[in-house]
Amino acid sequence: MSNIFNIARYELRRIFLSPLAWAVLAIVQFIMGFVFINLLVEYVNNPYSGDQFGVSDYIGGSLYGFATILLLLVMPLMTMRLFSEERKSGAITLLFSAPVSLTEIVLGKFLGLLGFVAVIIVLMAAMPASLHWSTDLDWGRIAAGLLGLFLLMTAFGAAGLFVSSLTREPTIAAVGSFGLLLLVWLINILGYNDNVPFKELFAYLSLIDHYESLRRGVFDTADAIYYVLFSSLFLWLTVLRLDMERN
Amino acid sequence: MESEVLIEARGLTRRYGPTVAVENLNLTLRKGEILGLLGPNGAGKSTTMKMLTGNLSPSAGSVTISGVVLHEDPKAAKRHLGYLPEQPPVYPELTVDEYLSFCAGLHGVAKPERAAAVAAAKRDCGLGDVGPRLVGNLSKGYQQRVGIAQAIIHRPPVVILDEPTVGLDPIQIREIRNLIAELGRNHSVILSSHILPEIQAVCGRVMIIARGQVVYNDSIEATRAGHFSAVIVGLRRPPDAAKLKAIDGVTRVTALDDTRFRIDCAKQADPRDAIAAAAAQQDWGLYELAAQTHTLEEIFVELTSGEDVRSAA
Repeated sequence: MSNIFNIARYELRRIFLSPLAWAVLAIVQFIMGFVFINLLVEYVNNPYSGDQFGVSDYIGGSLYGFATILLLLVMPLMTMRLFSEERKSGAITLLFSAPVSLTEIVLGKFLGLLGFVAVIIVLMAAMPASLHWSTDLDWGRIAAGLLGLFLLMTAFGAAGLFVSSLTREPTIAAVGSFGLLLLVWLINILGYNDNVPFKELFAYLSLIDHYESLRRGVFDTADAIYYVLFSSLFLWLTVLRLDMERN
Repeated sequence: MESEVLIEARGLTRRYGPTVAVENLNLTLRKGEILGLLGPNGAGKSTTMKMLTGNLSPSAGSVTISGVVLHEDPKAAKRHLGYLPEQPPVYPELTVDEYLSFCAGLHGVAKPERAAAVAAAKRDCGLGDVGPRLVGNLSKGYQQRVGIAQAIIHRPPVVILDEPTVGLDPIQIREIRNLIAELGRNHSVILSSHILPEIQAVCGRVMIIARGQVVYNDSIEATRAGHFSAVIVGLRRPPDAAKLKAIDGVTRVTALDDTRFRIDCAKQADPRDAIAAAAAQQDWGLYELAAQTHTLEEIFVELTSGEDVRSAA
């Protein structure tokens, strides 16, 4: 356990020592802020919708819905260097020859990445929170949206970690994980096609469908479990992949 | 009494597809030994070291470290190891202190002792004043030292160093050699190199690998004081060659120039005393008398040049 935390601590530190993390945070925050203000202005100028929808629904829902697309674009950039860069520089030998198991290495790196995800979540929470002094917020609803975002990013991160373990070129890892995530995202298209067998299954497997209900403020254990299983699958594949490398 | 065996490798074989990188290699490292792995480029030195440190699984054979079989309990076995690969495994964005502290934690040094371990490793590797600097900004020689510091930070019984002096300037090479000799007092060291004087300078035993096989394995003393089969004699007033040949143990005399001779000796015979005595008695004016020892270089060239390996295989 202490090995995992030690690796995670230094991974998080190294993430924040690179300018990439700060650039990503700054750009994400700038774009989200732009969307947030836009939504706010729209809400103020459109008083009729206020009867059925509160400000939390209107702003929280739309803001976090848009955030998913942005995070789909940036998460591959954050995961790309986790293993590929270390393999390229040879630093991975340090972890491989130390008395730690592959599972500990993978979980440590993943946990470090989740630290970065947590920072994004805090920034995402800050925007609706700024309305706290001027209106009544439905915090449960916003928390559900944030939890959904966190679970979604966990899944993105695990898949990105796996793709990063496949190659020694960070850019290829970024393109690869973006492709993989988009594919799993869009798999629900098959669900709309009546000619496809097991269309309900494909619709169910899509990454984004499980986020919809959380975004609307409905917490369903099945959705949370879906993301946890999705992440575990890719973490397990990463361990297998690293083990293969020695053979 | 034979001292404790720290690493024991039996029948190590590694194939990359159809290519055999290392074949049926046996290796034993005892406590307090500095073992030099010598071989031409591509002989399988690095592959062997990767297998010994668990970075690569052997296609066949097994490695035992301090009595623990590596593939059965890798965590326990790796606790006894420190490894510096060809490329120092450093994170350029961390400072030396941060990096070494991370390595100490990774190798199971408890938190309260980490600072002391980092300080000791820095002192041993001459890194005293670069602690707060970024690893990426250090010169190659210093990065190499950081790599060595990383390998010894948890004071493992066995330190494995893969070409530790590559890319260093002559002064740094000397410092690293001194450091390795120093390490050899408290740790057992396996050192790979293709530089002969380096092995001769620091190692107690040498193992020559050629085309994935061990072709020589003996103590460095054997290569230094070893058997000789010829003596070079310089005489200012040389006698007839026949007179030289009459000396006990001499089988053949060849004149190298007017005053120098190459004298081939019979097996196990040492005619040097007799030559000196004869020269003094008969006033030949002896000014040179040197045994032609079998140097490490000769052994190396002989064993690693193509034909010999093929006939040995």
